[in-house]
Amino acid sequence: MEAALRTLPETVTRPTPTAEARPSTKPRPAPPVEVVRDDRLARWFRLHRGQLRAAALGLVSLAVFITVWQLLTVNRATFYVRFTNVPSPADVLARAILAFRNPIFGDHIWMSCRRIFYGFTLAGAVAIPLGLLMGRFRILREIVFPICEVTRPIPAIAWVPMAIMLWPTNEESIVFITFLGSFFPILINTLQGMATVDPVLVRAGRCLGAGEAALFREVFLPASLPQIFTGLTVGMGVAWVSLIAAEMISGQFGIGYFTWEAYSLVQYSDIALGMITIGVLGLASSLAIRLVGRLVMPWGAAR
Amino acid sequence: MAGTARGLIEVQDFCLRYETMEGAVEAVSDTSLTVRPGEFVSIVGPSGCGKSTLLNALAGFLKPSGGRVTVDGEPISGPSADRGMIFQQYSLFPWKTVRQNVEFGLKMSGVSRSERERRARTLLGLAGLTPFEDHYPDRLSGGMKQRVGIVRALATGPRILLLDEPFGALDAQTRLIMQQILTNMWQQLKISVLFVTHDIDEAIFLSDRIYVMTARPGSIKAEIVVPLPRPREPSMMLSSEFLGLRRGLMSLIREESIRAMGGEVSFDALKGLAINLEGQDLASVL
Repeated sequence: MEAALRTLPETVTRPTPTAEARPSTKPRPAPPVEVVRDDRLARWFRLHRGQLRAAALGLVSLAVFITVWQLLTVNRATFYVRFTNVPSPADVLARAILAFRNPIFGDHIWMSCRRIFYGFTLAGAVAIPLGLLMGRFRILREIVFPICEVTRPIPAIAWVPMAIMLWPTNEESIVFITFLGSFFPILINTLQGMATVDPVLVRAGRCLGAGEAALFREVFLPASLPQIFTGLTVGMGVAWVSLIAAEMISGQFGIGYFTWEAYSLVQYSDIALGMITIGVLGLASSLAIRLVGRLVMPWGAAR
Repeated sequence: MAGTARGLIEVQDFCLRYETMEGAVEAVSDTSLTVRPGEFVSIVGPSGCGKSTLLNALAGFLKPSGGRVTVDGEPISGPSADRGMIFQQYSLFPWKTVRQNVEFGLKMSGVSRSERERRARTLLGLAGLTPFEDHYPDRLSGGMKQRVGIVRALATGPRILLLDEPFGALDAQTRLIMQQILTNMWQQLKISVLFVTHDIDEAIFLSDRIYVMTARPGSIKAEIVVPLPRPREPSMMLSSEFLGLRRGLMSLIREESIRAMGGEVSFDALKGLAINLEGQDLASVL
């Protein structure tokens, strides 16, 4: 009865159904499957607009950089900075094609990567456990930290003469210098990670029956992982800096040696080729670390 | 729960002091309280009165400077899964999924993988959290995080549950729902609960008994029995019984809160100062 009363005036006061009904039915065509797929594509574009713009702008700015470089070198521009002897991008590309056909260039890259691998892996294998233990046990921190504070400001390059004296072969001294370069950033960041572990998580762990070893494995280590990976990324950068410096001074192979040798032999295009190769290798290795970080921290702490 | 009733909490003449350069400071003094097996007891008091300190001593994080703290007659020597604790801050492990968080205590006590998975699934099902078992905590709302926290603390079958303002960070609506969930769980499990809060309504709604603590150094000022029937319904919060209790508790806590803030403004003393604010006497403004 009540419902009927309520619906009655509605039907009465609607005067011309045609005028009103038309616009309301219009945006409702039966959507076929293809339209839905189009929607998905459109949504993908909408959601990734930021990234797409960043990628497009990145490509444009790289293109501008190369164009300016080409113009400066082809016209042999001199305005205090001299581009007279600087190779043009086209020269460098030509050399790169030649170099990649020559197995010796590949050997240079291989040697550098191997040194990075040894030095960096060793640094991680020592610095991460040491940092975790120093973070957990104050006594260890109080013993080790002063040594770190004194040796840390010494740049890896300054270690070159000492390293040559210390190690029987050149190869070992270069790996040692790479190790030193990445060691401190990894150690300091691991310590930082341990210092910023949320104490309530530690208490929660203990309340649930975790002993010292379990706390370490289940709470302190995963809680520090984001900082550890920051350390690894920074450490990788410094490892390359140290490696190239060491190779330039005492290497017989390696991409740093290649670059320095190009200068000595007046192979100007090879200088730029060496530099670009170093840049690409550095970029690739830090991307690799970021990727590993994502895999190791699926909960989204990796950036 | 088999055998004799478990979960008797006894605190006798508990006090806690700590050293500063100015000398020893007493945070909690001569506090005694009891929670009988299966009872829900709250502690309310002004902020800084040491109610959390007392709870931390029961959890095993703090050693009392004096007195005895026992559960079922055994003195507390350190944290243990026998005493579940829920914190005000969200304390789920961000690197573990909801189910892995719930499994944590069982893993620590050496329960096999398949068995702890089974138990965690059952508990999460009972709590209505099954759809979220593979989520990481940062995707959960605050209320859900605390729900998982409660399930996690209960998974090991503790004798007592200690809650330190667990709903303090939640909005008012979520808090009401969480209170109801907690009372329902407690009624099913009949576990002893000691609940610390500064929210009077919350304390009355949840508890069988309430201890009111004094301002620092904290001690028990009053013990109030809540005669409201179980199960509790939110509509009871408007009953005259509830409001009467509320009025009594409020005046008790107000006294202590004022004491905790350094006492009441002395108007007589202000009159002598005669500070004028735009023609008005400061004393009349305050």
